[in-house]
Amino acid sequence: MTALTLRVAAKEPLTPLVTRFRFEHPEGARLPLFSGGAHVVVEMTDGNQLRRNAYSLISDPNDGSGYEIAVRREDAGRGGSRFMHGRVAAGDLIRVGAPVNLFSLDLRARKHLMIAGGIGVTPFLAQIRQLDRLGQPYELRYAARSRAEAAGLRLLPRSPRVHVHISDEGGRMDLGGLLAGQPLGTHVYTCGPEGLIAAVEETAARLRWPRAALHSEAFLAPPPGRPFTVRLARSGITIEVGPHESLLEAIEAAGVDAPWLCRGGACGQCETAVLSCRGEIEHHDHWLDAGDRASRTKIMPCVSRFAGEELILDR
Amino acid sequence: MPATKFSPSITSRPVYPGLVSRGAAPSLMVADAEGAEALIDLVERDPAVLDAAHIVYVPAGAPFGARLSALGARLCHEAPSLSAALPRIRAALAEARMGFQLYLAGTEGLIGRVAAEAVSAGLPLDAIQSEHRGSIARRMQCVHCKGITEDVATDPFVCAHCGLTLFVRDHYSRRLGAFQGVCVDAETPGIVPASQEIRP
Amino acid sequence: MTIRFNEETFRDDYTFYNSPQAIRRFPFPFDRDDYMYSVNMEPHAGGPEGSVFERRFDVDEHYVAEMRDRAITLDEDPLRCQSLPHMELAGWDLLELIMTCKAEDYPDLFELRRDGDQWHWINRPLGIEQRFTFLDAGTLPHGPMEYITRQTQGDFAVLDQREGNLWMDAGMVTSQADWSLDFDIGMNFFEWHAPVPKAHEMGIFQRALKFLMNVQQGAPSRRLNWTMTVNPRLDTSPENYHKWGPEKRELTPENVGAKQYLRVELQSFWRLPRSNALAFPIRCYLIALEDLVSVPKWGRRLHRVLRDLPDELAEYKGFAVNRPLIVDYLARFDDGAPTSPGIYPD
Repeated sequence: MTALTLRVAAKEPLTPLVTRFRFEHPEGARLPLFSGGAHVVVEMTDGNQLRRNAYSLISDPNDGSGYEIAVRREDAGRGGSRFMHGRVAAGDLIRVGAPVNLFSLDLRARKHLMIAGGIGVTPFLAQIRQLDRLGQPYELRYAARSRAEAAGLRLLPRSPRVHVHISDEGGRMDLGGLLAGQPLGTHVYTCGPEGLIAAVEETAARLRWPRAALHSEAFLAPPPGRPFTVRLARSGITIEVGPHESLLEAIEAAGVDAPWLCRGGACGQCETAVLSCRGEIEHHDHWLDAGDRASRTKIMPCVSRFAGEELILDR
Repeated sequence: MPATKFSPSITSRPVYPGLVSRGAAPSLMVADAEGAEALIDLVERDPAVLDAAHIVYVPAGAPFGARLSALGARLCHEAPSLSAALPRIRAALAEARMGFQLYLAGTEGLIGRVAAEAVSAGLPLDAIQSEHRGSIARRMQCVHCKGITEDVATDPFVCAHCGLTLFVRDHYSRRLGAFQGVCVDAETPGIVPASQEIRP
Repeated sequence: MTIRFNEETFRDDYTFYNSPQAIRRFPFPFDRDDYMYSVNMEPHAGGPEGSVFERRFDVDEHYVAEMRDRAITLDEDPLRCQSLPHMELAGWDLLELIMTCKAEDYPDLFELRRDGDQWHWINRPLGIEQRFTFLDAGTLPHGPMEYITRQTQGDFAVLDQREGNLWMDAGMVTSQADWSLDFDIGMNFFEWHAPVPKAHEMGIFQRALKFLMNVQQGAPSRRLNWTMTVNPRLDTSPENYHKWGPEKRELTPENVGAKQYLRVELQSFWRLPRSNALAFPIRCYLIALEDLVSVPKWGRRLHRVLRDLPDELAEYKGFAVNRPLIVDYLARFDDGAPTSPGIYPD
């Protein structure tokens, strides 16, 4: 994974929970451009722990002068977002990976319909800039609980194509009405809490939308949990996974090389074979299907955990 | 005539899994000849598919027109040929909204041509269902002159446009709605294998 | 670095030739004495000095003649270059990638000046000077993909990534190993590879697809592929099969060394930034058997590979009918001595 060392050029609170960061090259060099929906992985060195969290890029994909992300503080999380909020300051140097897009636009679409819930608005901020440049039609629906929490209000352009639904003010989104009557060739993109994604999928299925027109990205951070022990058979070592550490991070901390891409249970890159499992794998990913899970022979170490007597991985 | 069973082939060769009702969603049903029976069977399994259905039928000499129109679809149109029906099909696609379903039944030529129209109108592939009935003649593109020869029943065959003798490949282009025909005697001009009937 | 460009043809009188340096740097595709499909990917991050891997888009002595041959093919059949409407952005990505790589890697041959969206491109070998507005197709004589690939050796497929698959939605294909862009455009990865025997059952394409979908920006990959061609012909298209097919039957024991060519594709894979598409250049290198055997290791090894190749592969690659002639010829250069590992000459 190619990573750049960038300077934190700006840090700006957008709401009490969401802060915007801007990264620039320390010598002012241009950064690689990207496509709307791409994320970068930010490396955080916290004492002897290295965390890598993925964040959607929110800046203009066609602007190589810097990358911007918006980070929501998750107080119940493993600590990555708390680190970004509390410990990273303007002027710091920080390692940022090359942009990767696992939530790209289908450029064949006759219309792009985007549904954002809360901080899930982030990938769309870059996508609508890309669509504006391409001159492609879109409609963005942004749902947030309250105006105070809605970081998107500070980030979204004023446009007849952008609609805001604040549930505290009774502005709930009518998914049925939204999905009925869209022109042929419309693609729907949803990013937000799992419940929102499920609701869109359910509504779309009821209205007989074809699956290929539905796209979603759940912003899945590795959940914290109880500590557990794992044996890495090929490396011949046994490692401890701490409560605020992912299995992947623990493998990396032990100096073992493991593949990864999204670090959010979506891309499949870190899939690892399970050689022995006496206990329960806590699957948190969107990659393995029910059959994979039932077979107890695969795990996605970026987000999944384990509880039980023994877990041996082919790593 | 029951749905055709094809022998296993390469991954680009289309398969026609048969029609399954997607309920009362607005739909277009296009069939030729024996394909009518697939629509009749579909309606028998779930009469609700007719509620917002528009049927376009090309009889090609088959006797199912009256039974189809008696089903009671919102619209039922009989056309003398698929070419004659295409403007109507395009108009229906242009008005369609997401959730719209396309049911295709009959020969590979009809299924391929209408599916290609629908995809270019923005309909995702998974909104298209198909069931093969009737003739297994193929719609072939000549890779050399690009001309399309309809209803090819033998292998090799003579391209209706450039006159080259072509062998029938299973390689299929959804964009063209056609199989590929390649000169059979390119390396040894004039030495052409005996023509055989195409098998499913 | 200066390159002397050959005055040569790839059709009719076939005056194509490889200089001694071109023979020496030929990308021989076999690293051992037998061959089976594999997902033989490696990072496309340079290579030995002077090798075809050294620079990102290799320019060699055949450049000018290849571009002239491409122009002839396109005049005869414009359908060899097509781009579905949603692929124009990827075309711009490709244009930027090639222009910046060539200007950096061959500063004496190519020059790119950028002032915001106002670009100025100079291609000295082809005598082209073009000012245009980036992302405004109206300011170029062709679409962006066609414009830049008329100036770049090798075929190009540009693949859209969606629905967990790669789709061949644009391409410039005038020197292909017998496949038709006009027919295959719009197909997904498994569909356009459908005619390849054996590899599907071996799971080759599932593994290759998974690898390719994860190719990342700034980290291109490459592999070599190969086939056999009679005469140094770039346009071995199915479109013109009835024109070049008879030449395949003109081989004799006397002319096989001069007329039979090993055809090697240097395939590379690049993630494109704005479109998230994957560029797939397929660069073709040709070498006559009589030149190839001037490297003793290559003569020995090619003999063993072709002699032992499964029939289905010889059939698929289109040289089954000539295999006995080729193997008999190459046998004269195989003394049975062991060969060293790797593809480079000893």
